Amino acid sequence: MHDAAAAVSNFIDLNLIHLLYLFGVGFVGGLVSGFIGSGGAFVLTPGMMSMGVPGLMAVASNMCHKFPKALVGAIKRAKYGQVDVKLGLILGVSAEAGVLYGAHIQERIKAAFGDAGSNLYVSVAFVVVLALVGGFVLRDAIREYRSGNSNEEEKAGRLARWIQSVNIPGTMVYFKSLNTRISILFTIPLGFATGMLAATIAVGGFIGVPSMIYVLGAPSIMASATELVIAFVMGLGGSLKYAMHGLVDIRLSMIILAGSLFGIQLGAIGTTYVKPFMIKVVMGVIMVIVLFSRGLMVPVYLSQLGLIQKLGDNTVTLLKTVSFAIMVLALLLGAFIVLRAIWHGRREDRLLQTEAMEHGKI
Amino acid sequence: MAYSSVKKKPVGKMLVTGILSIGLYAMLLSNQDKVNEIFGKGGWYALLPIATAFVFSFIHGMFTGHFWTVLGIEAAKKKKEVK
Repeated sequence: MHDAAAAVSNFIDLNLIHLLYLFGVGFVGGLVSGFIGSGGAFVLTPGMMSMGVPGLMAVASNMCHKFPKALVGAIKRAKYGQVDVKLGLILGVSAEAGVLYGAHIQERIKAAFGDAGSNLYVSVAFVVVLALVGGFVLRDAIREYRSGNSNEEEKAGRLARWIQSVNIPGTMVYFKSLNTRISILFTIPLGFATGMLAATIAVGGFIGVPSMIYVLGAPSIMASATELVIAFVMGLGGSLKYAMHGLVDIRLSMIILAGSLFGIQLGAIGTTYVKPFMIKVVMGVIMVIVLFSRGLMVPVYLSQLGLIQKLGDNTVTLLKTVSFAIMVLALLLGAFIVLRAIWHGRREDRLLQTEAMEHGKI
Repeated sequence: MAYSSVKKKPVGKMLVTGILSIGLYAMLLSNQDKVNEIFGKGGWYALLPIATAFVFSFIHGMFTGHFWTVLGIEAAKKKKEVK
């Protein structure tokens, strides 16, 4: 890792374009995070790097905006009764261990195969995890929508029901989001995987939220809110680690935070208007689109490692540009779905209130 | 007397927290070089960016919360009926 003196020289000069860009991406990322519990980092980190911020500093600065953002989002959603603090903290602690282990693996891969090897590992992790989990989440959301039961209270799936039925004495803890006791031995690998993914692709929530829904049996709204607690714990630990090496550019973190706190409040408000399956829709759509974005980069890294025929410079530039554009599209589309859902939800809410007033109920 | 559901909007709170928030950002950006130098030292100085993040999130978080409330964008009043 860089030493402090080297890091100081890596602080970039900020101009107005940088400020507006970071604020804007922060807002959109915050909006999506407030709604599904995570997101935004996959655009912010490469975005900062394109401004000239060194990779490690971009990761560190992103992380240092993530934990205060998650804290504000978690407090907001706790007011709506959506947060399971106990589950979030327990998963957060094992996630922290996952972050450390994930970072260690990254360092070893980088030492053995260089930057291209490390990038290939990250891209393959993106593609595999997003294809499996994202595809499953999106398919489930579509199935729920088509079944016409999207208004009904979510029921735990078969796996979650089995996990809830297992009794391991001395390890059973009651969680309000599950409304039952489960063994914390089941939460440890889930938290660990969330942390490992966060250290690898910067968005642990793509494992954390689906695992709370499908493995533990938490409702989507509570899972996405509880993910904010996990993100806070992971982000705080990670930021401290990076800050101890002088790698956090607090200006970048706080400018992103300026936009993302507007977004996260709005995203959190949005969850009170939508049907639970909308959380799965937004998460699934983003995951599947990002999957294509990262998939496009795989040939670039394979070529850099000499595993396939060398690609021309123009092809590499084209693939990189299209990949980043698709990633931005994923985030914007997610934000659009959230805003649209809020818009429709508010309209329905107003109609219901007007009807109730006309009938003298209010 | 007719019942009114109209709540008073927290305009004053929004203005106060907004001014405080702008003040924090102005302070940070007008002392960039000094901040970078000190915060980039690492070690125990790591507590400074962490503390800064908490302070900004507290003040700016309150401001953004009031901002949406003043604009009339608030959480749904009650759980929607199942249709």
